[in-house]
Amino acid sequence: MMERSAVPGKERVLYVYRGDDYQGEEVAYRVPVVPGMVVLDALHFIQAHEAPDLAVRWNCKAAHCGSCSGEINGEPRLFCKTRLDAYGSLDIHVHPLRTFPIIRDLVSDVSWNYERAEELVPGFRPAEPPPFHLQQWEVDRVEEFHRCIECFLCQDVCHVLREHGLFGQYWGPQLMVRIAELEMHPMDTASRTDLLHSAAGVGLCNVTHCCTDVCPEGIEITHDAIIPLKERVADQHYDPIAAWLRRLRRPQPTSP
Amino acid sequence: MTAAGGQAWETLRHDVLVIGAGGAGLRAAVAVSEVGLSVGVVSKSLLGKAHTVMAEGGVAAALGHLDAEDSPDVHFRDTMKSGHFVNSARMAELLTAEAPERVWELERWGAVFDRTPAGQILQRAFGAHSYRRLCHVGDHTGKELLRTLQNRVTQLGVAFYPEVIVTRLFRDDSGMAGALAYRRVDGRFVLLRAPAIVLATGGWGRVYAVTSNSWESTGDGTALAFAAGADLMDMEMVQFHPTGMVWPPGVRGLLVTEGVRGEGGILLNAQGRRFMADYDPKRMELSSRDVVARAIYQEVQAGRGTPHGGARLDITARGAAFISRKLPSMRAQFLALADVDITREAMEVAPTCHYMMGGVRVDPDTCATRVPGLFAAGEVAAGLHGANRLGGNSLADLLVFGKRAGDAAARFAAASVHLPVVAASEIEEEVARVLAPLRQPLGPSPYGLHSALQEVMTRCGGIVRSGPGLQNGLQQVLEMQERAARLAAPGGTLYNPGWNLALELDAMLLLGEAILRSALERTESRGAHYRTDFPEEDAAWGKQNVVITRDRGGSPSLRTVPVAAVTPQQQRVLAPLTQDVTGRAPS
Repeated sequence: MMERSAVPGKERVLYVYRGDDYQGEEVAYRVPVVPGMVVLDALHFIQAHEAPDLAVRWNCKAAHCGSCSGEINGEPRLFCKTRLDAYGSLDIHVHPLRTFPIIRDLVSDVSWNYERAEELVPGFRPAEPPPFHLQQWEVDRVEEFHRCIECFLCQDVCHVLREHGLFGQYWGPQLMVRIAELEMHPMDTASRTDLLHSAAGVGLCNVTHCCTDVCPEGIEITHDAIIPLKERVADQHYDPIAAWLRRLRRPQPTSP
Repeated sequence: MTAAGGQAWETLRHDVLVIGAGGAGLRAAVAVSEVGLSVGVVSKSLLGKAHTVMAEGGVAAALGHLDAEDSPDVHFRDTMKSGHFVNSARMAELLTAEAPERVWELERWGAVFDRTPAGQILQRAFGAHSYRRLCHVGDHTGKELLRTLQNRVTQLGVAFYPEVIVTRLFRDDSGMAGALAYRRVDGRFVLLRAPAIVLATGGWGRVYAVTSNSWESTGDGTALAFAAGADLMDMEMVQFHPTGMVWPPGVRGLLVTEGVRGEGGILLNAQGRRFMADYDPKRMELSSRDVVARAIYQEVQAGRGTPHGGARLDITARGAAFISRKLPSMRAQFLALADVDITREAMEVAPTCHYMMGGVRVDPDTCATRVPGLFAAGEVAAGLHGANRLGGNSLADLLVFGKRAGDAAARFAAASVHLPVVAASEIEEEVARVLAPLRQPLGPSPYGLHSALQEVMTRCGGIVRSGPGLQNGLQQVLEMQERAARLAAPGGTLYNPGWNLALELDAMLLLGEAILRSALERTESRGAHYRTDFPEEDAAWGKQNVVITRDRGGSPSLRTVPVAAVTPQQQRVLAPLTQDVTGRAPS
């Protein structure tokens, strides 16, 4: 079953970032390899035997919770899902998410994401009280967004945030998935187009797919969430004929 | 760190403090917030990461969408039967009556569930449920439930304190005064003042070596409640889920959802025999969890296990398309972590410690503990599940009793006229106790002691127990408690997992002792509690719960109390079961 796994009994060296946002360095730790070992197993071994205060977040160890996010050899990954044997004989460098401030070692301060979620209004506004009558295909359409585990790997890799630091102007792909989930819920009646156009700043995304590439849940963030949201904004704000017709019929919807 | 001139802690004030941000804690917070009171929620992790996300199969509610014969009464009967009648009939009645409303409420807040062709919520079969009853979305129902509640508390503006560890509760005879905690992200102490506190801290599966539980499940809340004067009950009742992963070593214990069996998966031993036919020919793989877990254990003991000591769970007959749609997380989990494609090969599974039926003893209607102002809901509370929990009942439990605890705590807080004072000296004393492991230059490692505890609990207090084994285990745990006083955790207060574990070990050692003592006390086998020296159910024990009270010296003292009486109405609902037992026509 597990024959492609690393050779048991062999040792592997992990270079782990130790420090905070201001200063830090990689420390090398030797870890005995067991079959199927993931990076999180190796970090737990280091905690138990060499560095009891090595800071790392984790919860479910099954890629369901999105806690153990970080960067392995520069790539955003979940530590619980990344196997040592995937790296062959390459060195393994383990770092925290770099787009957010580092609290300590492998733990970054991701509170910015939760603060944006608090600003997401309006929330879900169903057309009628439950029980709802929905078809499975309607559920399937939004179920993809509900798979998001809030690991923030997409936020980490998004260059609007990472390279350009535009935290005040764009909420990043994870929040776009969350907004898409609400916008495309078959029973929802609210509109978040103004929010997307202003504070959430979907226009800043230039569709490079980096977020989609790193999503551990395989959500098609760019195609299924961001592009449809951009289209909604374009329809609302950049179609002159539609805007003129709307103005004739009723007043412009105001911000919440 | 400590007081150098000024106070070393920040003080925050709420009407109700909720400890724990899983399903029960968040549902309680919603209830408090909806009546306009101020509520603060503290959590050991970030928002939305609690162990509830690992619940895969679904939430049990007798909606009767597929089987019109189903009803809350049948669900009540199933719950009592599965609990081997040592559970609280009142709690089971409330659960089964209120679960449907709690599920529809989730829809109103944005949750999506899989649908029937008629457009209603789809329900799946699960072990020991008479009808198809579990509302689900794929195999990530717990995440859906938690995310929905997370979005709801975010919208309501509930104050949330992530990565905060509570170490002590303060009270007087009229109510709670607050809790002392420290924040992992800056290592600072915080006094959370509130007249009412809801404990929703989950279980303590981490006392066992093989468990489906995350690092958080160390029973802190249970130990806090006990220290504050609350009673514990049914501590011997530990659920081992029949199907955890066994290979590779790093994932041992990781949950394989009962949904696999619910959707048609079969269990085979190494000889290819569908062995459940020998243990429960009527219900087969969908027998109750205690029966299936013991069956796998016995097959392995008899030498009919797989190479890594488990059974084979095979769902390949349902075809790749079906499996990918109904069990996507399971498929991904086995592919990524075990190189097994479950659409083409069998999984290797063995029992894993999954859930604590026992916990803090509460009033069925209000979730109030014996301590005024202290409430408990969800896995931390005892009573609903008795000797064995039905799959899907824990998610229903979180919603129904989370709301009830929140409502009751809000009423208590609204009626409370004074907030007891917490003396600065008491806080300073607690701060000093909490910081002690950081200041010990030499002493045992918390990691080493934790593994030792897990080994003893697994060997002596696990799926099969005996008097001498339990006695031996208890002796070792008591010795470990002495060693725990000298634990050393190098490093500082800032996000230090070794220090954190040293503090959690206090709770785990207490709860380990409670499990072993209660298991010794119950000289019979019932549900999840199986003793080789008393292998049969004893009718007299069927009328008793084991309760642990904190004596004056702070030590656990055991007594038995009668199981709460069943009302005439409940008796009428249960009647078909007694007919079943006496050999007359079942319902």
